[in-house]
Amino acid sequence: MSLLNVVDLKTSYGPVNVLAGVSFTVQPGETYALVGESGSGKTTVIRAIAGLAPAQDGSVTFEGQEIRGAPERVMRPLRKDMAMMFQDPVGSLSPRLTIRSLITEPYRIQGMKDKDLDAEAKRLLEMVNLPTHFADRYPYQLSGGQARRVGVARALALEPKLILADEPTAGLDVSVQGELLNLLNDLRERLGLAMVIITHNLSVVRHVADRMGIMYLGRLVEEGTTETIFKDPRHPYTRCLLSANPEPDPDARLERIALKGEPPSLLKRPSGCEFRERCPFAKDICTQTPEWEVDGGHGLRCLAPLS
Amino acid sequence: MTDTLLEIDHLSVDYETGRGDLKALRDITFDVNKGEIVGIVGESGCGKSTLISSILRLTAPNTRFREGEIRFKGQDLLQSSERHMRDLRGADISIVFQDPMQTHNPVLTIGQQMLDIQHRSKQSKADKLAHAAKMLGAVGIPDPEARLKQYPHEFSGGMRQRIAIAMALMSEPDLLIADEPTTALDATLEVQIIERLQELQREFHCAILFISHHLGVIAELCDRVVVMYAGAVVESGEVREIFHNPKHPYTRRLIECDPGHIKERARVLPTIPGEVPDLANLPGGCIFRDRCDQAMARCATQVPPLDQLKKGHHAACWLNHEEVTT
Repeated sequence: MSLLNVVDLKTSYGPVNVLAGVSFTVQPGETYALVGESGSGKTTVIRAIAGLAPAQDGSVTFEGQEIRGAPERVMRPLRKDMAMMFQDPVGSLSPRLTIRSLITEPYRIQGMKDKDLDAEAKRLLEMVNLPTHFADRYPYQLSGGQARRVGVARALALEPKLILADEPTAGLDVSVQGELLNLLNDLRERLGLAMVIITHNLSVVRHVADRMGIMYLGRLVEEGTTETIFKDPRHPYTRCLLSANPEPDPDARLERIALKGEPPSLLKRPSGCEFRERCPFAKDICTQTPEWEVDGGHGLRCLAPLS
Repeated sequence: MTDTLLEIDHLSVDYETGRGDLKALRDITFDVNKGEIVGIVGESGCGKSTLISSILRLTAPNTRFREGEIRFKGQDLLQSSERHMRDLRGADISIVFQDPMQTHNPVLTIGQQMLDIQHRSKQSKADKLAHAAKMLGAVGIPDPEARLKQYPHEFSGGMRQRIAIAMALMSEPDLLIADEPTTALDATLEVQIIERLQELQREFHCAILFISHHLGVIAELCDRVVVMYAGAVVESGEVREIFHNPKHPYTRRLIECDPGHIKERARVLPTIPGEVPDLANLPGGCIFRDRCDQAMARCATQVPPLDQLKKGHHAACWLNHEEVTT
C-alpha cells in the first residue's frame, strides 16, 4: 500500500484555479520531488496534503485513510506521522520560544506527558549536529543554516513516516546545503522515512529524489524516476527546465532551450496544451488538450513529446 | 588614463560592537576594469554585503574604516564629501538588490518610480517617460508604454527584477553592483536574468560587480572572480583559472561542494566541516586553517599574504609558497 496517495487534487482561491488536478503517490521510505517554476502550485500541493490549505476536490489518502478536508480533530493525531518543514527557516520558529521549547512542542501538542523533554531536546539537537547548549538559545541567535537544522529536528521529533519539505535548502551556502542533504539522506536510511521535497534546485533533486514530478500551472506535466527524467525528458517544459541549470564550469557547452514569454495568468488559462504558447517545440496538434498518459512508470501530458 | 574603474586598495573595515571590534573586512585588494564583469563569491558572513555598502558609503553607524582606499575613477570615495557621493549613487554607480519583491514602492506605478529616479535630468516629463519605456523594452518587458501605468504587484518576480535592472541602467552607470540578483528566482528566470545582463553589458559597456554564492551563475557570467572567506580575499583570478586551477584550498572545497558539479547521484555530498571563525576574536595565522585538510605548522602562526602566482591570479595560501620556494 502507498503511504500517500494524492488523486486529482484541486484547489481554487475564488476564481484563481491554483491546482487543476494533481495526482501522485509516495511509497514508504521513498523521496518524491516536486519541481517547477514559482507559482506552479508546488507549495499549495504540500500544504493541502497537510490540511494547511483548502482543497475543494480530489482525494488525499495517508496510510489508507482519507484526509482531504478532514477536521482538525482527525488531522492532529495524524500530524505525528506527517511532519512539515517550512520554507522560511527563521520565520517558522516563534521568536519568543527557546530552541528547547520549539523542538519539544510536538510532544506537548500530542499530549505525550511521560517524555523527559530536556533529554529529548538533547537527543534531537545531537541528531541534527547542533551543540546541546543551543537548547537555551532563541531563534534570532541562530544562523540560517542552524535555524534550518532546528526545523529538521522539530519535524523529526515524533519520528514521522512522511516529511513534507518546502525548499529545505533555499538560501543556504553550498557547504551547509550538503550537510543538510546528507543529514536527511542518513535519517531516511536509518528511520525509513518518506519525503515529499519541493525545490527548484535541480542539482539537489538529482541527489535526493527517487522519483520526481514536474508541475506547470497547477498540473503535473511529467513524472518518472529521477534517473529517467534527467536522462530522457520527454516534455518540452522539462527539457527547458533541465537546460536552465547553470553549470559551475566556465567551459560548459550549454545547449540552452529558451522559454518564451511569461507564465500565463491562472485567471486566463490557455486553451489546448497550456504550455503551447511558450513551447519552442509546439505543433498544430497542440491546440487540442493533452491527456495524462503513463508508459512504464513514466507519466506525460504532451501531444508532441520529444524523443 | 588607465582602464581601471574601481580599485579596492588594502581596505579594512570594522564594526564596533559590545563584544569589541568585529573585523568584517581585512586588507581587501582587487580592481574592476571598465566594462568588465567581476564576480564575488563566498559564503554567508564573508563580508560581501559590507564591501558593497562600503563602496556606496551606505554603511551602518557603527562602521569604522580602519585602513585603505576605495578609488572610483582615481578618486578615493572614503574621503569624498557626502554631496559627491550623492551625485555618484544611482548615476555613476547603481545597484540591483537581492529581493525583487521589496525593491519597488508598492503604492506607486512603475512609470512614476522611473520618472522619480530621473529627477536630475532636465528633460520634459514626456521624454523621461519615453526613456523609461525604452529601458523596459531593453530588458524584455513586452508592451512597455502600457506597463508603465501598472503597479509592482501586477508583475511577476522575474519581471520585477528585470525592471530593477532597467532602473539601475537608466542613467547609464559606469559600474553596476548586482547583489545576489537571482537568488530569489527559480532556475529558468535566473537564466533569463543572466542572459539579459550579458546583453545589456555589451550594449551599455558598464562594468558589473556581481555578488553571488551560486557558482554556476558566476562561471557563466563573469570574466574574473574574487573569492572571499571570513572578511578576506583568499583568491582572485580569471574565471577559468579559478574553476579549473584553484590555488586556495577553500576555493577548491567550495567548487567540490557544489552539487551541480557532481553528475552521478551521490549518497554523501562533500561539505566543509567546521564553522567560520569569530570575527570579533580572530585566531592567529591563516583564517581557514581550522577547516583546511592541508594545514601545516606555519599556517597556525603566520597569515599567508595574497601572492601573485601568475599574471592576474592571486591566492593567499602557504601551500603555494612551498611551490614557489622549492
